Amino acid sequence: MADEFILRMKDITKTFPGVLALDGVQLDVRPGTVHSLMGENGAGKSTLMKCLIGMYVPDSGTLEVGGETVSIPDTRTGLKLGISMIHQELSPVPEMSVAENIFLGREPVNRFGLISRATMNAACRELFAKWEINLNPARLMKNLSIAETQMVEIAKAISFDSRIIIMDEPTSAITEREVDHLHRMIGQLTKSGTAIIYITHKMDEVFKISDDVTIFRDGKWVATKPASELDRDKLIALMVGRELTQMFPKEPAEIGEVVLSVRNLNRGKLVKDVSFDLRKGEILGLAGLMGAGRTEILETIFGVAKAESGTITVHGKAVTISSPTDAIASGIALLTEDRKQTGIMGVLSVRDNTIMAALPRYTKAGLLDMPRIDRVCQEQREALKTKTPSLKQLIKNLSGGNQQKVLISRWLLTLPDILMIDEPTRGIDVGAKSEIHRLMSQLAGTGKAIIMVSSEMPEVLGMSDRILVMHEGRITGELSRAEATQEKIMDYATGPDAAA
Amino acid sequence: MSTNTVEKSGSTFNLGDFVRTYAIIGILIAFVIALAILTEGNFMQGQNLVNVVRQVAAIGIIAAGMTVVIISTGIDLSVGSIAALSAVVAASLAQQSTAATPMYPGLQLPVILAIAAGLAVGAAAGFVNGFLVAGFKIAPFIATLGMMTAARGVALIYTNGRPVSKLEEGFNWLGQGDIIGVPVPIILFLVVAIGVHVLLNYTKFGRYVYAIGGNEQAARVSGINIARVKVGIYTLCGLLSGLAGMLLAGRIGSGNPQLGTGIELDAITAAVIGGTSFNGGLGTIWGTIVGALIIGIINNGLDLMNVSPFMQQVVKGAIIVIAIIIDERKNKHA
Repeated sequence: MADEFILRMKDITKTFPGVLALDGVQLDVRPGTVHSLMGENGAGKSTLMKCLIGMYVPDSGTLEVGGETVSIPDTRTGLKLGISMIHQELSPVPEMSVAENIFLGREPVNRFGLISRATMNAACRELFAKWEINLNPARLMKNLSIAETQMVEIAKAISFDSRIIIMDEPTSAITEREVDHLHRMIGQLTKSGTAIIYITHKMDEVFKISDDVTIFRDGKWVATKPASELDRDKLIALMVGRELTQMFPKEPAEIGEVVLSVRNLNRGKLVKDVSFDLRKGEILGLAGLMGAGRTEILETIFGVAKAESGTITVHGKAVTISSPTDAIASGIALLTEDRKQTGIMGVLSVRDNTIMAALPRYTKAGLLDMPRIDRVCQEQREALKTKTPSLKQLIKNLSGGNQQKVLISRWLLTLPDILMIDEPTRGIDVGAKSEIHRLMSQLAGTGKAIIMVSSEMPEVLGMSDRILVMHEGRITGELSRAEATQEKIMDYATGPDAAA
Repeated sequence: MSTNTVEKSGSTFNLGDFVRTYAIIGILIAFVIALAILTEGNFMQGQNLVNVVRQVAAIGIIAAGMTVVIISTGIDLSVGSIAALSAVVAASLAQQSTAATPMYPGLQLPVILAIAAGLAVGAAAGFVNGFLVAGFKIAPFIATLGMMTAARGVALIYTNGRPVSKLEEGFNWLGQGDIIGVPVPIILFLVVAIGVHVLLNYTKFGRYVYAIGGNEQAARVSGINIARVKVGIYTLCGLLSGLAGMLLAGRIGSGNPQLGTGIELDAITAAVIGGTSFNGGLGTIWGTIVGALIIGIINNGLDLMNVSPFMQQVVKGAIIVIAIIIDERKNKHA
């Protein structure tokens, strides 16, 4: 089979500070086929693809395109080699037209060196006609729907006449009809010899269009198999089949009365008819794949985003939460998923970061009670064993694990009964991870009710008393600690449609 | 990646941090020594030094407000125009009855009411700025650019473009008087500096200003009412601009609608030289005071050395750019 590969990636390793994202990964793709990449969140699929198009440069490993060994230091080189990608996060220039976006960086010019809009629009119209896309090239990107934007991105990737087209979750934002359209386009492309590398979380899609499937897990290559040899159960087993050695079992805590009830919560396509109860002393795990709506539930409960309908009851009393201030007043805290974007205030001190959400509790005659603030911050630092040279240290100089501890302190000082933690240990090294897990366990032991969103199976299984699994905004399954397994979670997470 | 970390262990003292924090004082001292030598001692005469501080008082008061604005990642271009508007309104209410053409013939208000009116006008204009920024989500640069033009226009309309002169002694005292030998502008400058320092460091409002500048998203999630804090920030800046405007009017004994033109650049320069970062979340009032003093010293020193006013502008322009380059480097290092 040696020479029939259009793409061979061998022993690709890529590290980010503190994280081994890809560990000696391989991928062989045959021309004219659809090759699906499968794996949980963070398995390394997107990172590998970014290494292929030149957005990342791997630390080691070799790349062969069309039988020649190449290196791809930047995206221009990637495009020149005939590799294009439809990105998961769409990145159009909103103020430019459809045609301008498609030809961005390779605009046709007339003999005076000026951009020829007419030529560009004509080329775009031709492209759309060929692929039966019904869009006006002159429309501005910002006026398009998400689905239309996605079709433009697809058209753009195709317009390079690439030998390899990578599609990262291309169907997450488009309707059934457009999915069919895309699948027809893929059929035509493969017929003319183009190889498609396809990343998706949708099982049924994998079996419908793939020729080959490669499975990754935790940054490692697991298997490459023809799709015909796989079925849903086999695939799930390969995706999750890790040994659960590094467990951080939650210490048993007395589970008490219901403190939070959510009923029929709705928020557009992101949260659909979500209902659940949370009890005192309980850790409730929210599992699901990326974009399943887990973070969105937390945001809605916390008043960061507005619910369209639904009721929230805290300690048996219905509450209206329209801002984080309301949520904090109701005894709810939210540790957000993205420490850098919505968590730390980087250039502020550890002390300021610790006290910020609880500041109203620490004033005396209009002024801040500095000695008391210093004292509680110091207490938090000692209780959580936060490693910092002093409370005056800027928080950005701390490690991820210690930053996370400071943020946990920030929320504990608001004296919440309900603690919502989104990805408690993302980007944190193993040692700090188990400390955070122990801390969560202790907090549950003292009667806090905790909701934890996590994309890491061992964390979900190890920490949760009960697990809710989500798929496309809905809760598709509920598992007790005793009955939960990786396979069951993955089964619910990939949608009820094809469930056995 | 957030995991890219530097763990500093052991000692809490960091020489680099220390130098970066206090370098500005060294620069101030260096300027003083250099000017003392270049002007053969003239610069160091007591009366001249008092003059420097007196002249810098108005800039310093505005710069204190500007510091608060910049810490929150904002900017206020309208300070000079607000100063002029406050000055002419206050001056019109503090005219002597013997003035040739008083704006309000027969009106005899206590001076304190005229001053209160000036402060109210400044605060109101600042409130509008804050409302535009927080309520309509207009970029601070644009919102205050609009106010800069409009407030100046209102001041010109109000006075018909003419200075309002022949003011009550009590009003002129703001710019010319002294309390046991210390000029009033210097006292006002000190009071404002201490007041804003306390506000920034020892009140919720002040810490929220830093939080918003440090990470507005995180501040919002922490339950901070961003809009309210921002309105407060711009109102404060407007209020201080109004005070500075009256001080300038008192100094020359007349409220000129053209007063304070370009003072926003001096205020921004003072804040930035003093270590306030345009990236937000960083800045101190004492730094801004030192920054304002440096500007005052440069102005004064160049005057004493008979450098042309045109050349002085070039020097000041160069200084602000250098200060920002240092600011950028500091952020990379930290």
